[in-house]
Amino acid sequence: MIQLTPMRTLLLLALASLAGAQDKAPSDPASLAAGKKLYDFHCAFCHGKGDDGMAANLVTPVLVHAPSDAALVSVIKNGLGGGMPGALGMTNEEMWQVAGYVRSLGRTAPTSVPGDVAAGKAIFNGKGGCAGCHMVAGQGGKLGPDLTHIGVMRSPSNLRTSIVDPNAAIVSGWVMTHITTKDGRKLSGIRLSEDQFQINIRANNGQLLSIAKADSTNIQRDLSKSSMPSYAKTLTSTELDNLIAYLFTLRGGL
Amino acid sequence: MRWPVRLLLFTALAAFAQSPDPGNWLHYQGNLEGHRYSPLTQITKANAARLKPAWVYQIDKLDKFEASPIVRDGIMYISEPPSDVTALETRSGKVLWKYKRTLPDGLPFCCGRVNRGVGILGDKIYIGTLDAHLVALDAATGNVIWDVQVADIKKGYSSTVSPLIVKDKVIIGSAGGEFGVRGYIAAYDAKSGKEVWRTWTVPGAGEKGAETWLGDSYKYGSATTWVTGSYDPSTNLTFWGTGNPGPDWKGDKRKGDNLYSDSVLALDADTGKMKWYFQFTPHDVHDWDATQTPIVTDDLWNGRMRKLLLFANRNAFYYVFDRETGEYLLGKEYVKQTWAQKELDPKGRPIRIPGKEPTPGGTEVYPNSTGATNFQAPSYSPKTKLHYVMTRDEGGIFYSGDDTYKEGSWYLAGRFVSKPGEEHKGAIKAMHPQTGTAKWEYPLAAGSWAGVVSTAGGIVASVTADGDFIVLDDTTGKLLYRFPTGGAAFANPVSYIGADKKQHIAVATGHALWSFTLD
Repeated sequence: MIQLTPMRTLLLLALASLAGAQDKAPSDPASLAAGKKLYDFHCAFCHGKGDDGMAANLVTPVLVHAPSDAALVSVIKNGLGGGMPGALGMTNEEMWQVAGYVRSLGRTAPTSVPGDVAAGKAIFNGKGGCAGCHMVAGQGGKLGPDLTHIGVMRSPSNLRTSIVDPNAAIVSGWVMTHITTKDGRKLSGIRLSEDQFQINIRANNGQLLSIAKADSTNIQRDLSKSSMPSYAKTLTSTELDNLIAYLFTLRGGL
Repeated sequence: MRWPVRLLLFTALAAFAQSPDPGNWLHYQGNLEGHRYSPLTQITKANAARLKPAWVYQIDKLDKFEASPIVRDGIMYISEPPSDVTALETRSGKVLWKYKRTLPDGLPFCCGRVNRGVGILGDKIYIGTLDAHLVALDAATGNVIWDVQVADIKKGYSSTVSPLIVKDKVIIGSAGGEFGVRGYIAAYDAKSGKEVWRTWTVPGAGEKGAETWLGDSYKYGSATTWVTGSYDPSTNLTFWGTGNPGPDWKGDKRKGDNLYSDSVLALDADTGKMKWYFQFTPHDVHDWDATQTPIVTDDLWNGRMRKLLLFANRNAFYYVFDRETGEYLLGKEYVKQTWAQKELDPKGRPIRIPGKEPTPGGTEVYPNSTGATNFQAPSYSPKTKLHYVMTRDEGGIFYSGDDTYKEGSWYLAGRFVSKPGEEHKGAIKAMHPQTGTAKWEYPLAAGSWAGVVSTAGGIVASVTADGDFIVLDDTTGKLLYRFPTGGAAFANPVSYIGADKKQHIAVATGHALWSFTLD
């Protein structure tokens, strides 16, 4: 890497801004309309209207993987590892239009949801037993996804679905797997990776296990079933509101 | 930069003429017939378990590394993304020289800044570049000998294909099938860089075949040729598979068969004149490019020796032709498909099942656009007479969209997503050309983007989806060796004799090139 003196850096920055390098997503009505059209075609399959899809909530002012508009365009262009593919068929200008539309969704985000946050936290750690499986800021269980940023990642309505009907909101790549080994052991856990030789899981006790397929007699993958139980009957409607209000505050400092 | 004397000797050797030595790997597919088969026998079924990585060469880019190496007299020539060339010695994979190309901004390309390899003839190395040039480099230094523009990037053209060297010509295909270009195959004089012939893969106004396109839709017909074709010296024909018609996922504006998209073309290698063609998927709306490698072989067919052409297609059917006449001999479903009736018609034309076209709301079809196979190079062993194919099994939901054409811009008119709630699978299938069925298959937990190589030692080598280099028995599919390289492959293995006089198998995975040999 070329070492730059502070003066040279300033000069370069000034030149970059003179050159008009784009750093702000457009917000004029025409661009937003174009962005929405592209969004509906390319993004809505997974992100829904923005807050009701199976992928990350976009109706939020802060996006975990896109602190800046340029970073958002980069995510749109290149995708993220896992389920989010890079854009195919969008020009650079169109990607900025989509970014502009996504940011406009963020501006409509609710700032709070009805419910008592403190009471929700008590349910999370108590009656709901959520902390048994989920971690928040380094505390809690390891079976389910880390919820430290969940207030940014998921909308209140999506959180509600996840709690009352978990099978309708399965997290991509989070597959509960049950393995019977040749020596009669029964192991269950979240699948971390798999090929034709072995399957690697995080067992329910938190252990990381690598099991050779040659040593197993049966492998069952719950591809369309969440390992989380439904809380529709366990929690009252008020308790549910409180829990969602608490989860919505979990932003990991973002 | 100064090099040790022995390396200078290596580079001097590179100036030697084309050698028939079986230890060399002189073409993309090893030979012109498209076999990706090595006659080398040091590595066998019996000793393959003793394979070990001899060396690893790492590239310094994060783009997909799709190169298939060329090896001559112990020196390896590879392309690196985006359009660079590197010469390596093969004792430890150290760099002898590099050619780095400066590319203009804003290049049109669909699927990454990739290149599939270089060509070699005499003292020159040839590369097709992402900015649609063909460049001849000096094999000893990497210096540019000549550099010609093959097509115009403003129209959406690029080049990613490894050139095919036939006699004194460099034959290069086109890329840009997602930008509504007009595909071509072009031959250049290897010495001077002068264009000798160019055959368009989509007819022009008034030409035969133009009637298979509604209105003037042929102008944006695509049918690009982005995987290297093959050549048959006995008929002097070069065979090239062509890509999807444009736009990919909506056919309303291009009603008709859309010749010569999704076809195999048989061209006279001296003139480019088309002797015959066969279209696999007339009026394709699922992006099933027929850019797989056509395989040239002679064998008995119904009791009589015939000149055959084998073709495992992306549309999930396996085909055999008489390559002299183009006569269709066999077509058979070899991977799950739901778009056509199981049996092709007597001329090999698919009988479509209605209601399988992309729609605004989505239509489920097997296979999805990644296809039954794609740019994973197949292999044919003259020893086993089996055609080894990396296959993929995955359904998709196809959507149609806006089909407005704009020069140099995306021309897709739709998209597809993998079928939700389903995990894709794959298999290496040992296809028996006489029956169109697999003699054996080695199932893969996920579909891989690597090709296969077979050898006279009785092995088939490839890479799994998550980067395990594997070696199989060529007659049974039994696993003989496995080495996890830690990076998915988008490339094809080759086999050669290294400077250490040992047989190697080399393949790019992740961002590294691995060369395996016996301990």
